[in-house]
Amino acid sequence: MSATASRQDRPTLGGSGTPHAKRRRNIDRVMTVVTVLCTILALIPLVWITAYTVYRGIGSWDVGFFTQLPQLFGDGGGVRNGIVGTLFIVGMASVMGIPVGVMVGIYLSEYGNGRFAAMIRFLTDNLTGVPSIVVGLFAYGAIGLVTGGFNAFTGAFALAVMMAPIIARTTEEILRLVPASIREASLALGVPRWKTITRVVLPTALSGVITGVILAVARVAGETAPLIVTILGNNYDISLNPFGGPSTTLSLQVYQLAGQPSQEVVSNAWGGALLLIIFVLGLSIGARLIFKGGKGASF
Amino acid sequence: MFKKLRRGNLGDSIFAVIVFLFGVSMLALIMGVIFQLWIQSGDSREEFGLSFLWGREYNPSTGIYGALPFIYGTLVTAFNAIVIAGPIGLGIAVFLVEVAPERINRIVGFLVEMLAAIPSIVYGLWGFFVLAPFLGDYVVPPLQGVFGWIPIFQGTFVPATVFTASIVLAVMILPTVAAISRDVIRAVPDAQREAMYALGATRWEMFSRAVLPYARNGVLGALILGLGRAAGETMAVTFIIGNRPEIFSSFFGQGATIASQIAAQFPEAGGLTLSVLMQLGLILFIITITINVGARLLVSLLSRGPEGGMRT
Repeated sequence: MSATASRQDRPTLGGSGTPHAKRRRNIDRVMTVVTVLCTILALIPLVWITAYTVYRGIGSWDVGFFTQLPQLFGDGGGVRNGIVGTLFIVGMASVMGIPVGVMVGIYLSEYGNGRFAAMIRFLTDNLTGVPSIVVGLFAYGAIGLVTGGFNAFTGAFALAVMMAPIIARTTEEILRLVPASIREASLALGVPRWKTITRVVLPTALSGVITGVILAVARVAGETAPLIVTILGNNYDISLNPFGGPSTTLSLQVYQLAGQPSQEVVSNAWGGALLLIIFVLGLSIGARLIFKGGKGASF
Repeated sequence: MFKKLRRGNLGDSIFAVIVFLFGVSMLALIMGVIFQLWIQSGDSREEFGLSFLWGREYNPSTGIYGALPFIYGTLVTAFNAIVIAGPIGLGIAVFLVEVAPERINRIVGFLVEMLAAIPSIVYGLWGFFVLAPFLGDYVVPPLQGVFGWIPIFQGTFVPATVFTASIVLAVMILPTVAAISRDVIRAVPDAQREAMYALGATRWEMFSRAVLPYARNGVLGALILGLGRAAGETMAVTFIIGNRPEIFSSFFGQGATIASQIAAQFPEAGGLTLSVLMQLGLILFIITITINVGARLLVSLLSRGPEGGMRT
């Protein structure tokens, strides 16, 4: 077997100008270009959506947009109650969801080596995959029907249920990055385990935990589906009573205003969409700035 | 981890019990969801039994309800979305892992995550007011010109159609597919790549013959997770699909998904209709949980290292 014979069997690319080698080189180039094209193709909608929302939304931003209630049959009014409602309901959801999420994260990271914990981890993962509208139906059945129908608290509960598992998983991932030597050093000094976790491990990983929390808040701040079936929507007033009947948020208002016949109202829906994008993307980008060097949780 | 240490410290015992209870709360939540949907859909289940699943009519005025159009709409749109988004998402993942230099990698990764952060309702607005007219002007006419003889491409195009909904869904699940595929492909040991290169392979040969087969299960898992995301997506679809309880036969027909039907009908629902919507929710929950469990098993079976691996 001479070297040339074996080259006949398996041509190499190196400097050989055989048709076969050319074809392989070309396929390689084509596929590389294809991956680049896929990436560009994915970024088109991102630019398109944000640019168009700015273009359509910015025109509706005047003082009244932020300070008035919607007027479905006038000059459109504003989305004040949506803005207030979002802050109110997302705030309530955060108060409920964040502590639970962080505690579950601590459990999974610090006590999570058994089979039972593995099952909890698996369930938590799958909770993040439950469609938001289903979470909304659950909240309506569990809380809404007990508290007299549609109200802000039920909506906040639904959002909290969506937040907690996301926060739990990101918290767990971050706490696992804390070196074991730090835990050992603390324990060796005679510090009880619970104090080690709360005073040493958590503070070490705090920026990462906060990032995970903010990303989860951003995720639910733009949610609409679970709110339709829990707070229904309300374009007439703002009530800061958690059990004060139908309520609204910015996202829900965008949905309802966009279906109206009046052009001014639809324009306000775009204005609301712009505000929503700024709010959500601002939170997401801000969260990543807090935690440089780590990778953000994307799902 | 430090099981044998410091036995009998009261604070530790209390703390361990507290966090354990929080852990159990996740189990309680899943149970709660199933329990609530089951209880709330009781009337509907009593009324229609299992035939609800293949009932083709949904008519509040006659009180006859069937779920088939919505199950069909959910599965078809999700499937369309993954057919579109799957290859593109995989392409992005390959670009990020095998092609792009580090700096571009970070920027593109970040932008793709931004795509995931845009609220569903904004996708709906864009799909209805911007993408649909664009498709109607520039995409559908040539498409029908070439494939018009195939039944699924027949019909007049109106903004709110299955076609538009499928494309918007595809865009929405791209980040999921791309991000998970990227992680999976990144987890393939470099020895695979080096061995291929040592044999004189091109980059594409290296990827298609040594990396992709290794990551196959994980990529499949990413696609299935994307499918689950698409099946549960509500607002964008509610806005775009036309919300007709029909079993459409063309991409340019109108339909409804389980999620869009619940969102559209819930505000007026009461009595039996409410129960019917709850049962639709239960069906959607079963569909998505099945998809998700399958996908996660696939992903975790792959080389991500043992769950809860070495930490000492």
